[in-house]
Amino acid sequence: MKYLSKLHKILDSGEFAVTAEIGPPKHASAHGIRHHAEMLKNHVDATNITDCQTAIVRISSIAAGVHILDCGIEPIIQMTCRDRNRIAMQADALGAYCLGMRNMLCLSGDHQKFGNHPTAKNVYDVDSMQLIYLMKRMRDEKQFFSGEAIKDHEPRFYIGAVANPFADPFEFRVDRLEKKVEAGAQYIQTQCIFDMERFERFMEMVRERGLDQRVHILAGVTPLKGWRAAKYLQTGVSGMIVPDSMVERLKSAEDPKKEGVNICIEQIKHIKENVKGVHGVHIMAIAWEEVVPEIVERSGLYPRPKAELE
Amino acid sequence: MIIAQQKTIKDIAAMISDCKKVLFVGCAGCVTVCLSGGEKETEILASALRMMRKLEGNPLETVTYTATRQCDPEYIPPMDEMAKDVDAIVSLACGVGVQYLAERFTDKWVVPALDTKFIGGSVTHGIWEEKCGLCGECILHKTGGICPIIRCSKSILNGPCGGSQYGKCEISKDVECAWQLIYDRMKTLGKLDKLMEIQPPKDWTKSRDGGPRKAIREDVMIG
Repeated sequence: MKYLSKLHKILDSGEFAVTAEIGPPKHASAHGIRHHAEMLKNHVDATNITDCQTAIVRISSIAAGVHILDCGIEPIIQMTCRDRNRIAMQADALGAYCLGMRNMLCLSGDHQKFGNHPTAKNVYDVDSMQLIYLMKRMRDEKQFFSGEAIKDHEPRFYIGAVANPFADPFEFRVDRLEKKVEAGAQYIQTQCIFDMERFERFMEMVRERGLDQRVHILAGVTPLKGWRAAKYLQTGVSGMIVPDSMVERLKSAEDPKKEGVNICIEQIKHIKENVKGVHGVHIMAIAWEEVVPEIVERSGLYPRPKAELE
Repeated sequence: MIIAQQKTIKDIAAMISDCKKVLFVGCAGCVTVCLSGGEKETEILASALRMMRKLEGNPLETVTYTATRQCDPEYIPPMDEMAKDVDAIVSLACGVGVQYLAERFTDKWVVPALDTKFIGGSVTHGIWEEKCGLCGECILHKTGGICPIIRCSKSILNGPCGGSQYGKCEISKDVECAWQLIYDRMKTLGKLDKLMEIQPPKDWTKSRDGGPRKAIREDVMIG
């Protein structure tokens, strides 16, 4: 079996994978990204590079990916459908691949209303489901999105997608995950889990359909810095569920940051030991990348396996 | 119908500030129904601008007329006489009407009094909502009669995205998630299996992306 990326190899070998996220900055210096990459490189198998997260202009995911790669981490390039039409998507896919990137995560993207250019026109020429399928077809059938043949050097990405067990309609979330698997998704990263009960119900449905046998699911976790952050996610972000008990726990904590990290570690351990069908964890430490090594170590996920590609 | 709303009086006044005599043209079509550019609104606008200009010491002479439909060129020539000695024409039609007036009256300054908003219907008196994205290839038979092209804020064909919660879209608690509506309706109809089909990318050449569109019906052409 020829692996498309190190992440592919680690997940297929049955290891419990660890990915994290690096958010590019709102300026033209890569100093911070490189700093975070150096900090994380021994503790994660790959890092997502967000694509103008929450519709805020930042260093592009692919350009940031060059720095990440240079620092010795395998990037997972996020590609949203918000800012590019099918021509730009493919141009960026070819570009990212020739720069050495091997993992791509396809997603819809936050609406531009949330960002720093709310008056922008959005694209959504293709949606995330179609993007997954078309990237797979580029790789497996050597065809551009239009069907035109790619004569040589087709981009061969390890294709990922996202799932949000906390969005509605809940019953359809597993159906949509199945659609993504049918379209060609090979690994799935979930939205941040705070409501563990709901996530477990979701995973139960996933296992009933045998989807955990067809795709690698990485559970998304986020350490919270304090109760205000929890409250913001609870009330200000659509598609998130944060139980009141978590807000209260952070509120009554002597050291909220430490408690946030403790909660995250408890979640990871719980998922790894009790939730069948989960093949890894995706740590989204939003603007708090430096805490990831501690979380990985204290969750018993360190050292990371060495995966070299032939 | 086409839903349009009047620009502010200040904006309209600014467009004709250097004109002494102006023709205001209403339309008896959609904009009459959506209460933005019918005969009544045309008279009110002309009178408001006359008062405004009088107070400014720069009186304005107005002529008013309401066409049966400004989007049908055959209803434009009756205005020829009225348009002769005016400095400008203010159209209270949708963007189509403004353009037909500009095409007919080549030497006149023709300006829009309305912002043409969308294709939709009325929810209740005074509230209108968008329903059709004019994409050129209807897919309502695949989505339970609810249009994701225009009612999903991301035009997703394989929704709903992860921002749908409690039936609402991520952009606002006042916006219903089109895909929640589609899901509910398909469930009621016992057709949820249809939503498992992956909808392919749309051919946008049938929409505005193929350039300005024309519809031709040879069977109804005369001569």
